[in-house]
Amino acid sequence: MPVSFPAGVEYLRILPEIILTLAGVLIMLLEAVWSDQRRTVFAPISLAALAAALWAAMASSYGPAFSSMLAIGGSATFFRALVIVVGLLAVLASSEYLTRERANGAEYYALILFSVVGQCVMVAANDLLMVFVGLEIASIASYVLAGYLRDDPRNNEAALKYFLLGSFATAFLLYGVAWMYGLTGSTNLSIIREVLLSSGAPSLGLTGVAAALIFVGLAFKISAAPFQIWAPDVYQGAPAPVSAFLSAGPKAAAFAVLVIFMVHFGATAEQLQPVLWACALASMVIGNFAAIQQSNIKRLLAYSSIAHAGYVLVAVTANSEIGAAAVMFYMAAYALTNIGAFAVVTHVARKGERFVSMSDFAGLSRRQPAMAAMLALFLLSLIGVPLTGGFFGKFYIFKAALDSHLVWLTVLGLLNSAVAAYYYLRVLVLMYFHEPGEGAEELPAAGASLQIAVYACAIGTLVLGILPDWVLDYASKAALK
Amino acid sequence: MSLLDVVLFLPLLGFLALLILPAGVSRSAALGISLVIFVLSLGLIGTVTAAPDAYGFEGNTPWINTPEIHYHIGLDGLGLWLVILSTLLTPIAILVSWKYIEQRVQLFYAFLLLLEFGVIGVFVSLDLFLFYVFWEVSLVPMYFLIGIWGHDRRIYAAVKFFLYTMAGSVLMLAAIIFLYTQAGTFDYVDILNQLRSGRIVLSAQAEMLLFLAFFLSFAIKVPLFPLHTWLPDAHVEAPTAGSIMLASVMLKMGTYGLVRFCLPLFPGAAHRAAGWIVGLAIVGIIYGALVAMVQPNMKKLVAYSSVSHLGFVVLGIFSFTQAGLDGAVYQMLNHGISTGALFMLVGFMYERRHSLEIAAYGGVATPAPHLAIVFLITTLASIGLPMLNNFVGEYLVLQGAAQVSMASAAAAAVGVILSACYMLWLYQRAFYGRASESLAHHMPDLSKREWIAVVPLLILMLWMGIYTQTFLPAISARNASILQEVNRSATAGVPSPSGVSPEVANAR
Repeated sequence: MPVSFPAGVEYLRILPEIILTLAGVLIMLLEAVWSDQRRTVFAPISLAALAAALWAAMASSYGPAFSSMLAIGGSATFFRALVIVVGLLAVLASSEYLTRERANGAEYYALILFSVVGQCVMVAANDLLMVFVGLEIASIASYVLAGYLRDDPRNNEAALKYFLLGSFATAFLLYGVAWMYGLTGSTNLSIIREVLLSSGAPSLGLTGVAAALIFVGLAFKISAAPFQIWAPDVYQGAPAPVSAFLSAGPKAAAFAVLVIFMVHFGATAEQLQPVLWACALASMVIGNFAAIQQSNIKRLLAYSSIAHAGYVLVAVTANSEIGAAAVMFYMAAYALTNIGAFAVVTHVARKGERFVSMSDFAGLSRRQPAMAAMLALFLLSLIGVPLTGGFFGKFYIFKAALDSHLVWLTVLGLLNSAVAAYYYLRVLVLMYFHEPGEGAEELPAAGASLQIAVYACAIGTLVLGILPDWVLDYASKAALK
Repeated sequence: MSLLDVVLFLPLLGFLALLILPAGVSRSAALGISLVIFVLSLGLIGTVTAAPDAYGFEGNTPWINTPEIHYHIGLDGLGLWLVILSTLLTPIAILVSWKYIEQRVQLFYAFLLLLEFGVIGVFVSLDLFLFYVFWEVSLVPMYFLIGIWGHDRRIYAAVKFFLYTMAGSVLMLAAIIFLYTQAGTFDYVDILNQLRSGRIVLSAQAEMLLFLAFFLSFAIKVPLFPLHTWLPDAHVEAPTAGSIMLASVMLKMGTYGLVRFCLPLFPGAAHRAAGWIVGLAIVGIIYGALVAMVQPNMKKLVAYSSVSHLGFVVLGIFSFTQAGLDGAVYQMLNHGISTGALFMLVGFMYERRHSLEIAAYGGVATPAPHLAIVFLITTLASIGLPMLNNFVGEYLVLQGAAQVSMASAAAAAVGVILSACYMLWLYQRAFYGRASESLAHHMPDLSKREWIAVVPLLILMLWMGIYTQTFLPAISARNASILQEVNRSATAGVPSPSGVSPEVANAR
């Protein structure tokens, strides 16, 4: 076998991953050598690295890299930019939290960076093994992040649950990859696609099993029913900024992979449509109806994220270019909205996360009108009120579904979003219609970096709601690639 | 940029300005802005009444490219007076709240202006998507108005209001997207042309489902029996200004939607469903009136009377006659004015005595004769006394209904009689008799500010009752062309009463 070294341009195509990996390693090295006083620079280093990676991702040329292990296209660029922005916002939302919990360690930032690297690899993968490697990098970093405050039993529980169930799901994925390799003789997605389209394609029944196994692994990551059991416990137990990160980044990456598979697996994916249909509906119903019962805001947002995974699955079920574009747009809108919401929760929770019950939000509009207004905006976006990103996200999803003649799924999905309004409204009710409880503890003003994260998310949510063209045009072109 | 753009976006600018301006000046700023909007909106009248059958001040610029969504607005004879009603009632609602709203003043007036933005947008949108956006946008400020400044059960009422409307409107969204997949556009005028020219053909079943999706959303807003249960709660709990805006303007969004979208887009289905809808409307008229009669709470009484009055509007619309439709649209305005005034007066009484129970009053006419007279005029207007506005609307609706079915007209006429019963009985209990000691001391007469708020409505009650020519020709001309299309393109075999309309129009 002739040895071919990658061309220079191929290194440029993975420049974001290189930058982030180097920055992560650098941070870990610096921690070992530097004294405690200089720890404050880790956040700026991570931000700088993420900003540089964002630039590199946007500027990257399209094409394959490293013997077609990766393929940078419109969709990969979009999702790489998205997960990097998620990383940026998560870092901004975390630094205040870490200082407050006296846990301002370098490894936190390094783990975020590594997780983002993994997600970048996932979304750019053109090979089943790269998907797996990316997924593992992203997941292992996020398992540790979920248990970052190691003395906190809630963190421990979250991390352990996430790890055990996550590894189990990854095993499914790996098993599916092995099946697919056995059936088609390759792990490269382009080749698999050709084989599946060719006359000598293996029977749909067998490839269907492989695709189903892979879907199980990914469904876990996106917390779609019936693989959603871990999500509420993990989101509740993990540090609030980590929950923000988990609900946006890994989820977007897993959806990106799902869309890639839908494109490459052709008829095999099509025969999974009834399964996707059922999972989408089950996620929406379970997520929304369970969320109604919650009294803990993190748990509520966890169930809401299950429901939102259901909405996005509707677009995946549509299995069209419009559907793929809708997935991209929705994940962007949802990431901004949800990180914003979790950032406000991080702020209100205060030290030790003692104030994460819904009732702790009573009268927030009186105590900190700006923060309450921002959370209100995010909740309205999650409900799907027009002029917010969440509305257009839902709109594009259900439009894609109707284009693919999924009339019932559309109607049931839209009715679900009306049900969802109820529990988001409960938070609004508490913030605006109730007075602060007697003897409510003083709520300090939010730190600068957290405020930047919240306002950036709010502006993004509004821009996506008023001028969705900017993102949607790009997403539509990316879906066509 | 046309005058209509200015009238539409000034409230939004006002909303943003109020958020920035210091809280001390919110009240005056809101009043100033809303008065400017009202005066500007009067400038719309000339052009639109000159050509009521076309869209005046039409503006059409692309907003979103994929899918193609246009900022397409225009004003015709159907929307004109509803826009004016909205711009008139906003400053009145601000005046009414002048003293009553003491907490979070800034936010209150900001939300009132945002509400005005939403409702004007609903009445001028010519793009289905844009219409839906405004439809939902108007929901949010009203939710907060009820929830923050309402009475004891305000939270229950606010959430119920939001969820009812939301549940209906998501179905409308599904229908709008479905129409887009068929027509390739959200543009209302374009879709209408495609439907008429036969470029898109809906099967009878699809047309019916789409009709029902739109209809359900509008019927909840109207509200049509049996979807009305959110209304009494929302009205009773809302602050006075909220009740006024809700009754006068927001309910009209539903009936406006029926005339603007349900009939022209789905004429066949509208004709086929008309029998059932007319039945529900009549049940609503009588049920609303009977329930109003036994209410011990004044606001609840007026709220149920709204259910009854809006039943008339729906009855008129689904008579598919010129007189019925004219009466329905006229009645939308009438109800806005007289019920708005009733809620305002009940609000004045509440501010004095802090009770909405009829039993807490009695003999109010003695300490507050001016209030009593104004209330009497409004009551008489509401029950449809000739020379006052409601008479014209109710008469036309009944005439239109009678052309189709004498029985339904007769049944609806019972509602007119019942309305006299409950309103006059309310008046008798609250205003006549001997005033108790405490009431006599705590019932000052109308203040100057209250006079200013109520007089424009009194003038309109008389004006619209005596000189309908100011308002009706524009409405009528627009209705005629809507009806012509609806009755022409309705499925063959349905008895078409369109032949009657020209004579009726002439007779009037």
